[in-house]
Amino acid sequence: MSQKKLAIIATKGTLDWAYPPFILASTAAALGYDVQIFFTFYGLKLLEKNLDLQVSSLGNPGMPMPMPVPVLIQALPGMQRMMTMMMKKKMKSKGVASLEELRALCVEAEVKMIACQMTVDLFEFNPKDFIDGIEFGGAATFFEFAGESDVCLYI
Amino acid sequence: MANYDQVLDASGFNCPLPILRAKKALTAMESGKVLRIIATDPGSVKDFESFAKQTGNQLLESGEEDGKFVFLIKRVFCQADR
Repeated sequence: MSQKKLAIIATKGTLDWAYPPFILASTAAALGYDVQIFFTFYGLKLLEKNLDLQVSSLGNPGMPMPMPVPVLIQALPGMQRMMTMMMKKKMKSKGVASLEELRALCVEAEVKMIACQMTVDLFEFNPKDFIDGIEFGGAATFFEFAGESDVCLYI
Repeated sequence: MANYDQVLDASGFNCPLPILRAKKALTAMESGKVLRIIATDPGSVKDFESFAKQTGNQLLESGEEDGKFVFLIKRVFCQADR
């Protein structure tokens, strides 16, 4: 039984988009997959030591809300922070792992995490703000692994 | 319930935590030993079936007890281990 490979390209930096890469990576690793995640563009935010990811229903009509809120109200100051807090509270109350925990589990499971050098430079991220153990690379390098992967996901 | 060597209580935790915690516990166990897992996540029933199928660890029992889901998984050494 040869080891299967999972390649994930993580491009989003909001709270709701941060869960899928880490959940899929950690679960695949638990099932014996060899996993690598390539973080690029806003996905780089997922690598920061201090995670402060936000989420908003603004522009996200698909997001379930406890009660309907007019779009203009969703754009008011403080709404984003409040919605982020509500989402985090909901996650906790439903026993969903925190992002920090999921990420730590990925690191423990030896999921390789690669930061896209180009977008690190582009958005002027400071590599010192990232967690330890991150490699830096470009698309061509990632294709070495992605090209051989059994499952390749773009998130 | 058959014999088991270790217990993992994953009550209150939802996907993917029961699987991840079980994987961690099983990796630290010797081949042949049995892990008893308690979970409240209804998704864990199917998850553990898939887990056993994909990792080669044996799902000996899957049932309910006191309103919680209980599983017995035997650690089997195979290539899928890391």
